[in-house]
Amino acid sequence: MDNLPRCYSDIANEKYDAERVITDTSSDQIDVEAVILNLYKQFEKNAAMDPEMPLLNRNAHTAVLKTWLKGLPKSYECLDASRTWLVYWILHSLWLLNDMPDAETLSHTVQFLSHCQHEEGGYGGGPAQHPHLGTTYAAVNALSIIGTDEAYDSIDRSSLQKFLWTVRDVDGSFALHKGGEQDIRGAYCAISIAKITNTYTDALFDKTAEWIVSCQTYEGGFAGCPGMEAHGGYAFCGLASLALLNRTALCDIDALLRWCVNRQMRVEGGFQGRTNKLVDGCYSFWQGAAFPIISAILSQGNKEIIESVFFNQSALQEYIMVCCQARDGGLIDKPGKFRDIYHTCYTLSGLSVAQHGTGIGDPFVLGSPRNELNRVHPLHNVAPHLVYNAVHYFIRHPPPVKDKN
Amino acid sequence: MSDSGDSDIAWTLYKDRPEWKDITPVSEDDGPNPVVVIAHSEKFEDVYDYFRAVLKKNEKSERVLQLTKDAVELNPANYTVWQYRRDLLKALGTDLRSELDYVESVIKQSPKNYQVWHHRRVLVEWLQDPTLELELTGDALLQDPKNYHAWQHRQWAIKTFGLFSKEMAFVDNLITEDVRNNSAWNQRYFVVNNHLGWSDLNVQREICYAMEKIKFVKNNESAWNYLRGVLLHDKRGLSGNAVVTSFCEDLYKNKCRSPYLLAFIIDICDEAIKKGELSCFHNPDRAIELCTALATKYDKIRSKYWNYISEKFKIAKNEQEEKEKQQENGDKMDD
Ligand SMILES: [Zn+2]
Repeated sequence: MDNLPRCYSDIANEKYDAERVITDTSSDQIDVEAVILNLYKQFEKNAAMDPEMPLLNRNAHTAVLKTWLKGLPKSYECLDASRTWLVYWILHSLWLLNDMPDAETLSHTVQFLSHCQHEEGGYGGGPAQHPHLGTTYAAVNALSIIGTDEAYDSIDRSSLQKFLWTVRDVDGSFALHKGGEQDIRGAYCAISIAKITNTYTDALFDKTAEWIVSCQTYEGGFAGCPGMEAHGGYAFCGLASLALLNRTALCDIDALLRWCVNRQMRVEGGFQGRTNKLVDGCYSFWQGAAFPIISAILSQGNKEIIESVFFNQSALQEYIMVCCQARDGGLIDKPGKFRDIYHTCYTLSGLSVAQHGTGIGDPFVLGSPRNELNRVHPLHNVAPHLVYNAVHYFIRHPPPVKDKN
Repeated sequence: MSDSGDSDIAWTLYKDRPEWKDITPVSEDDGPNPVVVIAHSEKFEDVYDYFRAVLKKNEKSERVLQLTKDAVELNPANYTVWQYRRDLLKALGTDLRSELDYVESVIKQSPKNYQVWHHRRVLVEWLQDPTLELELTGDALLQDPKNYHAWQHRQWAIKTFGLFSKEMAFVDNLITEDVRNNSAWNQRYFVVNNHLGWSDLNVQREICYAMEKIKFVKNNESAWNYLRGVLLHDKRGLSGNAVVTSFCEDLYKNKCRSPYLLAFIIDICDEAIKKGELSCFHNPDRAIELCTALATKYDKIRSKYWNYISEKFKIAKNEQEEKEKQQENGDKMDD
């Protein structure tokens, strides 16, 4: 019953009440709600005639993703230092849509990523760029998605582990690159990389869990670094890191859950990234994926397994499919924004989480049954079996031990 | 950016500059079968071909310093360029004051970029001089009062160099401007937590501050979250502070049904139960009633969550009744 689609009049009842105190925050919110209510009104009219609504435009998304994998317009110059990210976002989106490129294209992708690998270990954002934890995380995830021996063997894990050591600080935190900024993204990327590639050691992550917990704020979410404001992207990094380290007991899970549930917007149905900020499609994943992780944690201390996730899965699917699909393929932050690869990946990933929840029991798919996406592993945002395959490959093939002399 | 395209007539490509004749440009090596190929402008390709060449040679010179400026302008998110620029500044002993001006101008153009703010931070660390940081971040926050990067840099400067003295006034101004600015509320917490301290007096003052702002706008989650945050430092907890509990009950009596108020009363109930200090206002039945009201009327989007919380109270209630029954039986046995 919690998952029935909402009707327009109910949504309109949830409109923002500014209590006659108009500020920048309230007027921005009211503007966004007006646009979105219009879309929901139109949608209800259209849906009355078509039980398949809302519909995910799979073909349009797949088509544009495949052209993006080949080449990108000049407007992507600003992401020239994030090309391994582009590869990961595109491949993961295509995998969610169950329409992976052919084996030859995937082999070419492995070769390209090898050109981004740095001789000192790790991957840069493109060939001849310094290694960076973010772009290394993206490359490792992309290679896990490809999942061939060629892909796995292309990673130089001895130098990768060395790279992880060079960006670790004594307090357990991680810089994104040598001489670079230090925040919770660094810790998450390092842990995720190390766990997948079997380069994890307890010493490498000594005190890391304690450092991460110091980023939990009085609101319950996590910030990028101690003292800062709770934020959806960083909250995901914090929670997923603690879960990967098996140290979730260190954080206040009830406060985190309270903060997470409150990020879902009552009109829009999507998530905001921070308190009193606007809805954004990419938080469908960052906030959404926290819920299956939280349910798993709460199940540990419980007699019964918590099979559901504590957010409105239907409302999130509505937001994504009614408000976040660009006409010519690709997904967006919110109506009026341009599509981009990052928002396509994380909005689709969020749709998958909204459909599959904890993964226990049947998926809940709003609209046409053809809208169903493949499932993701909420800690890595890669398919569960692809994480499993990679982890087991790397356990079976330990990195060659370098001569200590 | 308008000046990064091919339309830039006055621009001379590096390959056409006589002073760069000695350098052989290195084009990007994507391998034979590249993917995600970006259609760079001629200028972009040219600048980066020369950047790759000097990076490979490890050339540290004034002309390379200028080249990194051009590379940054074309893509301010290229962390390799910024890192090399820092290596150059060190090697060449460049005047760091002019570098501060330079990075300020880049920050003004790209205020939401990790690399520019990090570069600024390193410069301030090298100079050990934070005099310009409050103004710089203040300007950025004037443009966007929720700019995460600007706040993070500001917190770092304040904490590292002890610049707390005027921060409460700065925060107060922003909250007066927009009482819903959650970043400003977070900064208020930061100042008390790192500077003023959670003395009993400060805790009571912050509670009053939050309550004033809640009276002003009741549906403001930022103020409610702050109130809850402050009460983490009150020895009496959420349920033991009579000023807060009566504030909440007054709002409720006056027909306020803000979901944040109801949620707050539920938390008060929860704490009262855990402490064994039940009252007619704060007990499992009240909490369950409020959960139901939230799930079905005032906060429907979160109905699953409120039903889950309600279940927890029902379990607690059953355990309580079970205990009381056993107590009674025990008493009877004693008779
Ligand atoms: Zn976004």
